[in-house]
Amino acid sequence: MTDLSIQMINLFASLLLLLAFAMLAQRRVINLVHIYAMQGLTVVAATSLVAYVTHQEHLYYSAAMTLVLKVFLIPWILHRLIKQLDIRWDVETLINIPSMMLAGIVLVVFSFNLSLPISKLSTSVTPGTLGIALACVLLSFMMMITRSKALPQVIGFLSMENALVFAATSATYGMPMVVELGIALDVLVGVFILGVFMFQIREQFESLDISHLENLKEE
Amino acid sequence: MNPLVLVFATPLLGSLVLAIMGHKPHGRNVNVAFSFGTLLAAMALTIRIVAQGPLFALSDQFFIDSLNIFLVTLTALIGFTTSVFSRPYMRIEEDRGKMTHGRMRLYFSMYQLFSFCMLLALTTNNMGILWVAMEAATLTTVLLVSVYRTPASLEAAWKYFILCGVGIAQALLGTILLYMAAQKVIEPGLNPLLWTNLNASKLVLNPTIMSLAFVFLLVGYGTKVGLAPLHNWLPDAHAEGPTPISAVLSGLLLNVALYAVIRCKILADGALQNNFAGNLMIGFGLLSVLVGAFSLLRQRDIKRMFSYSSIEHMGIMTFAFGMGGPIANFAGLLHMTVHALSKSAVFYAVGHAAQKARSQIMDDIRGLIKVSPTVGWGLMMGTLAILGMPPFGIFASEFLILTSAMHQLPWAAPVLLLGLAVAFGAIFSRVQPMVFGETNVKPLAHPPALLPVFLHLGLALMLGLYIPSYLNEWFLQAAAIIGGR
Repeated sequence: MTDLSIQMINLFASLLLLLAFAMLAQRRVINLVHIYAMQGLTVVAATSLVAYVTHQEHLYYSAAMTLVLKVFLIPWILHRLIKQLDIRWDVETLINIPSMMLAGIVLVVFSFNLSLPISKLSTSVTPGTLGIALACVLLSFMMMITRSKALPQVIGFLSMENALVFAATSATYGMPMVVELGIALDVLVGVFILGVFMFQIREQFESLDISHLENLKEE
Repeated sequence: MNPLVLVFATPLLGSLVLAIMGHKPHGRNVNVAFSFGTLLAAMALTIRIVAQGPLFALSDQFFIDSLNIFLVTLTALIGFTTSVFSRPYMRIEEDRGKMTHGRMRLYFSMYQLFSFCMLLALTTNNMGILWVAMEAATLTTVLLVSVYRTPASLEAAWKYFILCGVGIAQALLGTILLYMAAQKVIEPGLNPLLWTNLNASKLVLNPTIMSLAFVFLLVGYGTKVGLAPLHNWLPDAHAEGPTPISAVLSGLLLNVALYAVIRCKILADGALQNNFAGNLMIGFGLLSVLVGAFSLLRQRDIKRMFSYSSIEHMGIMTFAFGMGGPIANFAGLLHMTVHALSKSAVFYAVGHAAQKARSQIMDDIRGLIKVSPTVGWGLMMGTLAILGMPPFGIFASEFLILTSAMHQLPWAAPVLLLGLAVAFGAIFSRVQPMVFGETNVKPLAHPPALLPVFLHLGLALMLGLYIPSYLNEWFLQAAAIIGGR
């Protein structure tokens, strides 16, 4: 059974990578939130499977926390924000989507290369997934810097954090509970603050276009 | 009672109390009272450390040794003097309509919470909790930077959040890699994230993992130190937030981030047994010195100018710790202390000067000495202190760093000298017309807080001439712990 479980974990990791690419290609904001929730679900599934295979009890708690926070609570908050801010637009990207996909592939190859020596040293059951986790982090980062509106930047940031949690699960069977709780608290508070900011940015600039936020420069 | 518990409980309680009543007229005084309480608790902790040596607390989750005790006291001291400065400063801001009641409550309670997060980051033994505390400190200051709700401050706060958030995500990846390396070598009974356990086993940590971990940790925490090329958030955050926040950002948060980098460097040095970590820090440090110094030439806003000066000084400190060795480490620690004192003193004077002139643009501020000799001289003395004039403490630390650079890394000394010279020319030429000459500034409605300025400058002067024996002991011990070439 463990062989099948390990194959399943690798499958979930690949799904995570696929969802990261999907986020890059997605133009409608409401779908970005859905993809983020699906990412969270994939992380939950992978974490629970790792917990089952390795008999690490605390990973079940970590998976439960991820489920509550990243699949339900944060997407719900983001939904409400979208409704209150009345965001309907299709998202413009700074670089066109095919080029971004190509750049994403380069990033994935780079991440796999970077994590190859580390994966060899890992004693966990799923050493290969560290490369995928690193690739997801870089892909989320690229999504953050190529979007010109506030909310996709926030979602990119959240999905980067998701990828990091997955990296922790795959490399080290998660972090100690107190650290995971602290990280979850930081993420939640961060989302609140970002939500508050988006309202204020909208109030000040009548738009959530980030290019309005480029005025602070030296003269 | 363990003084460490008081050090944490006081700002936490202050944050709760001020969230409820911070907008009342005596809210400012309550803020000062809580900061003073934190200072007393920190002093009690210091006395305990002087008497009994390094201390573990709360089942080894907290560890105070010579490297962080002086930072704890410095944080509590500058937190207190900044709260004293906040009293007239925020009162004037409120009178001018820039703060509402709700935002005053937010300001004071986040200020106390920020103190708590910094003290937590400094004293924790757990590398994971260190990360959580750094991120929490970022979140509190994001709210503080945007407290005026102007378009510029929103931009500054958004940039700060995104850039530091991405940076600190890299640090989380570094922490995960560190945890991975630790799990292999630390016995099952011990907590693998405790710095003391990692330090004991640092020689057997896997070098491949540790080198990658250190790169991520340096880039991550280095973003919060303000190292170039990751420094873009710093000038905006300093310029658009309230001046007390600029003072604590420059004086304290940058120091705490550098402290985190140093703790990681000690582990990386043990695992790698070569100068990889140090060389990275030297590279980033020198780049920051040059970027900071040359950016000073283009500045028109006074707070942006001094924030680039902070970038330059953090570059000098990072360079010193990267070089390593007893003298450079000692000088770096001394520089951390006097820079915090001098830079916050400068920001206090700058704050009141900008309030008098109702503008932060340097061309709008002229002739401070004529209207208010104390603010004018405070700014002048503070500038001289921060530029490294003897006998202020920064001269001593920069001198030590330069001379050890000439011994260990001769090619770096001209780079440092160039940076320091350019900074001197740029800043002094801007400050001189602001202080002397014909005046265009008006007096303030409430008396400015000048005791903090001269207290800090007095301490910086004292440290340039004489270092108390226990402080000397701590610096020497900490320098030995940091190690290096």
